[in-house]
Amino acid sequence: MTTLDIARIRKDFPILEQKVYNKPLIYLDSAASSQKPVQVLRKEEQLHLEYYGNIHRGAHFLADRATIEFEAVRDQVVGFIHAGSREEIIFTKGTTESINLVAFSFGEAFIQAGDEIILTEMEHHANIVPWQMMAERKGANIVVLPFSDDGRLEIERLEGLINEKTKLIAVAHVSNTLGTINPVKQIIAKAHKFGVKVLVDGAQAVKHLPVDVQEMDADFYVFSSHKMYGPNGVGVLFGKKELLEQMPPYQGGGEMISEVTFQKTTFNELPYKFEAGTPHITGVVAFGEAIHYLQQLGVAEVAAYEHQLLEYATQKLLEIPGMIIYGAQPEKSGVITFNIDGIHSFDLGTMLDKMGIAVRTGRLCADPVMQHYGITGSVRVSFAVYNTIDEIDVFVAALKKLIVMLR
Amino acid sequence: MTIETVQAEINEEFSAFEDWMDKYSYLIELGNDLKELDPKLKNDQHLIKGCQSRVWLVPEFKDGKIYFQGESDAVIVKGLVALLLRVVSGHTPQEIMESDLHFVDDIGLKQHLSPTRSNGLVAMIKQIKLYAVAYNRIAG
Repeated sequence: MTTLDIARIRKDFPILEQKVYNKPLIYLDSAASSQKPVQVLRKEEQLHLEYYGNIHRGAHFLADRATIEFEAVRDQVVGFIHAGSREEIIFTKGTTESINLVAFSFGEAFIQAGDEIILTEMEHHANIVPWQMMAERKGANIVVLPFSDDGRLEIERLEGLINEKTKLIAVAHVSNTLGTINPVKQIIAKAHKFGVKVLVDGAQAVKHLPVDVQEMDADFYVFSSHKMYGPNGVGVLFGKKELLEQMPPYQGGGEMISEVTFQKTTFNELPYKFEAGTPHITGVVAFGEAIHYLQQLGVAEVAAYEHQLLEYATQKLLEIPGMIIYGAQPEKSGVITFNIDGIHSFDLGTMLDKMGIAVRTGRLCADPVMQHYGITGSVRVSFAVYNTIDEIDVFVAALKKLIVMLR
Repeated sequence: MTIETVQAEINEEFSAFEDWMDKYSYLIELGNDLKELDPKLKNDQHLIKGCQSRVWLVPEFKDGKIYFQGESDAVIVKGLVALLLRVVSGHTPQEIMESDLHFVDDIGLKQHLSPTRSNGLVAMIKQIKLYAVAYNRIAG
């Protein structure tokens, strides 16, 4: 079924061994945040214990060692997503900050009153609100590319939405609710035909799919460490060098400057221009270990295994009467969002929790998706490499039991 | 009965349950037994904001006491509403204002008071207290 030794992999995640409410924990919320393997935790601890210092500045052993480790992760990220150079990799505190950075700095450099930004109807709030804030500031407008009921982005309508005022398209690589893997390469090709730039939100993709930003020709690609077995508080912004060079800094402070006088400050080169202040040094270094961990398992092998979990769970869930699954694309990854007819998602989530099963409930940071289906909430289960078929069986059995209790 | 004695009574009832499932089964039972709210009263004016489930709370001030009705579209929350109404409904604004609603904590449902759970119990308690303050002013 898979070449991965899942039982051995699970041993790397001691948090999964515990019981909650006297039931063995089944963690099905990795799309919100995945758990971290001991290798990542040890790396962070090692840095604290052995060579912690502030990077890029101190001329001493600890600072040098920390700087080397920190910058090595930048090179690792270049390799991981196949970026063109290390200047194109900016460390942030997460996907949300990466998008805010682009919305602000790209907005300052390129957006005029009356310009348009295209978002899709299936975006996470983090890929909506920063654009709205920028549009508000600049007098620009937001245009929405819809999806169909089965969770497919209606990309045949994209060209009709693009005009000479369109400056940027922001789209999720993988939807956090519908699980749809969007045809980003195709979208980018269309956009570039009209000189429109594209930001791809890869938060839900990087853990599940091999990503090549040059092959897809993304202008910006953003993601978070905490959704791919790394520490929380670390994110990445990939941006094409020629674009980042034209964009003004997002925040001012140390590290991002070249020279400061009270009359004028000149800014540092890429990537440091966009990294004001002391970054999350230990987090970034440990994130390098998470990338290494994932690469050692093999991103493609992990993707294939997670796909098996997704298909098995989908098939089992669909056997439940009254099951409504949102998003039914063949190209799907990572998550299943659903409701059961006549039962409130909050009740399901609360009771599953008491049975030791962690799921996400509510609006999933995607109100427009909820509005599309006319619902106020839903339940989402999401998978990572440490989940098992047995866990899915326990989960489905729990659901069946709850339907009797709650209906 | 005072607010305190009702809370003690609820605590007593819940102490009979040994595991979480039993506790929640009882909560679901209470939710299912809660009298349905007149659909006309389920409007924006009575809706408590900031909940994962929708909760409506309707006060009525009669003979110096506040009587509450409430409902939710989630049955567990309905159970919590039922308990809350049992504790506070039919008391004077002064009594409600001064009450310490510790029963949720007592019966081990404290997680429903944490800010992350956003199921509206905190919002409900706040709204009940606000009504008490408002009616206290009217009565005073």
